[in-house]
Amino acid sequence: MTNEIILEIKDLCTTVGEEKTPILRNVDLTVGRGETHIIMGPNGAGKSTLGFTVMGNPAYEIESGKIFFEGEDITDLSADKRAVKGIFLSFQNPIEVPGISMRSFLKSSLQQITGKRIKYSEFNKTLEEALSLINMDPSYVDRDVNVGFSGGEKKKAEILQLLVLRPKLAILDETDSGLDVDAVRTVSQGIRAYKERYGGTLIIITHNAAILEALDVDKTHVLVKGKIVETGGADLTDEINRNGFEKYTDG
Amino acid sequence: MADGKTLITDVDHKRYDFRYAESSDEYIREEDGFTEEIIRRISEEKDDPEWMRDFRLKCLDIYNHMDMPCWGPSIQELDLNRIASYVRHKTDMKNNWDDVPDDIKETFEKLGIPQAERLSLAGVGAQYDSEIVYHNLKEEVAKMGVVYTDVETAMKTGYEDMVREHFMKLITPTDHKFAALHGAVWSGGSFVYVPKGVKVDIPLQSYFRLNAAGAGQFEHTMIIVDEGADVHFIEGCSAPKYNVANLHAGCVELFVRKNARLRYSTIENWSKNMFNLNTKRALIEEGGKMEWVSGSFGSKISYLYPMTILKGNDSKMTYTGITFSGEGQNLDTGCKVVHAGCRTSSVITAKSISKSGGIGMFRSSVVIEKAAKESKCSVSCDSLMLDSISRADTVPAMDIKAFDADVGHEAKIGRISDEAVFYLMSRGMSEEDAKALIVSGFADSVSKELPLEYAVEMNNLIKIEMSGHKA
Repeated sequence: MTNEIILEIKDLCTTVGEEKTPILRNVDLTVGRGETHIIMGPNGAGKSTLGFTVMGNPAYEIESGKIFFEGEDITDLSADKRAVKGIFLSFQNPIEVPGISMRSFLKSSLQQITGKRIKYSEFNKTLEEALSLINMDPSYVDRDVNVGFSGGEKKKAEILQLLVLRPKLAILDETDSGLDVDAVRTVSQGIRAYKERYGGTLIIITHNAAILEALDVDKTHVLVKGKIVETGGADLTDEINRNGFEKYTDG
Repeated sequence: MADGKTLITDVDHKRYDFRYAESSDEYIREEDGFTEEIIRRISEEKDDPEWMRDFRLKCLDIYNHMDMPCWGPSIQELDLNRIASYVRHKTDMKNNWDDVPDDIKETFEKLGIPQAERLSLAGVGAQYDSEIVYHNLKEEVAKMGVVYTDVETAMKTGYEDMVREHFMKLITPTDHKFAALHGAVWSGGSFVYVPKGVKVDIPLQSYFRLNAAGAGQFEHTMIIVDEGADVHFIEGCSAPKYNVANLHAGCVELFVRKNARLRYSTIENWSKNMFNLNTKRALIEEGGKMEWVSGSFGSKISYLYPMTILKGNDSKMTYTGITFSGEGQNLDTGCKVVHAGCRTSSVITAKSISKSGGIGMFRSSVVIEKAAKESKCSVSCDSLMLDSISRADTVPAMDIKAFDADVGHEAKIGRISDEAVFYLMSRGMSEEDAKALIVSGFADSVSKELPLEYAVEMNNLIKIEMSGHKA
């Protein structure tokens, strides 16, 4: 099955900080529309950096290489413009934003991204639907964005945003870390709904096979020391879960 | 970006900067400086009672013998010999908006004053330069015995004794040089008396506009809330920007009697050539409650530290304040409280935002007297700096003489987080909107205490300030 290419990363090298510490080294990655890709790798391999770089975090400097989204070069676009184009990043550590409720934050975000005014009734319907897909207590949307949420609630709230904003491409950075078994299942349901209902494309950064149970994985990439050292199918995920990264890190 | 900044800053100032040149035949303007002749002329102009004239002259003498304050930011640029003490339009105070002279009327209409009155206020006063030009109190509020006028009119309409008993008794002329100056040249302001047990449901509001270049505004506000009464007073201040220094040295004296409550809200948006050296003080008797809400956005330099004396047992005070200091501004603000009665309590919550080289200093002074048994005080101060060239400082002072006082202090100073900005941008917000949202969120606990139209105004100010911002 060949899909139209939605994301193409070409020979990407990034550094961080004033010392320009290299993180990603010559990364190539091609993702087709509607596909699900898994990024695995030991701690510190640059997995989160990959997500941040695709989203446009200015803390990570692109030294060389290009990022194309739907055929367009987005290497120099700011994060907000990438969001409008349809890229979404679920944060490993979602940020608390006091003074604005999740409800109005999401509404204004949706309006920014779609460029359209959205009626309250319509928005509330979207929101309720999303809440029920992940069994989230509706009272959370009237609290300030992530403020005082537990780790698990923050992760759920990221998936809630995913289901409301319905981006073309979602990068999920360890959305399952720190969640209990039930929460992983709920979050995984949400991710599946995003894929099936809205035809979403996924790049999932994870250590955990449980989140993938309900999903058909197209490709697995192993990232070690800033390089993609192996790409395979769904079976590669299982293999790594059995054997770890030893064969990539030795020598 | 520089273009965008200039454009937006221009729009911002237009809201306050429009002005009508005062023509010499419509305005009376005193010569610059402060001399005995000038004070005598002002006193005569106002037809002061003899005691007031003598008081003014005594204050001038104190002023001439006192040194400039030395604790805060430098005010060397303020040349007191080049400040006009008194400027007024040749019009009397009106109580019908239509009678107010056109140029003044249009100024206030642009600031939204009469509109606010129609919507949500029990009474409105508007001061233009040195004199109140408009005062009106809703009939039903007047019928409850509430008095709302300026101090001059109060003295001529049966409240001279009350004024004499309270005038500059809380803030005495020897407090500091600008209190003395105020006593000598004060003009306009507000006099409010709320009789026993009367609760005024909707706020009274005075708006102060200093329109003349190189002038001073020295309004005196005196509010007496009698036993069991309740009122909310709002003051708003603005001025257009000039290249010469302007001076604001008002005095606010508040008397909250037994079991009464006074809420005093201020939004100050003076132009950035203003020296705002203002003094505010409140005396609270048994079971009384004082609530200060304060937003400081304008002025070149501010010295502003509202003080509360919790004299009566079980009296309470809350202070909620925010300052926003931008380029070229040094805002030295804070709060003082003296606990004298038993079981008194005070809660001080201050927020400060500084950007583009602005300096925000917060000083708090808490005194708990030995006799103030079982008293409580909590001070919390948060500062947010939006770039690396701005400054925020906190100087908390506490003098606790009672053994069983419960006192807490908390201060946080931080920079705007790049991570938070990126998070919001990843959800489709522009960098400016993301920063504005973070700043509004930081200010939220204060802005929701402000009267609605001022809360909206504050959020607009933050947006405008932020859209000109580039880290």
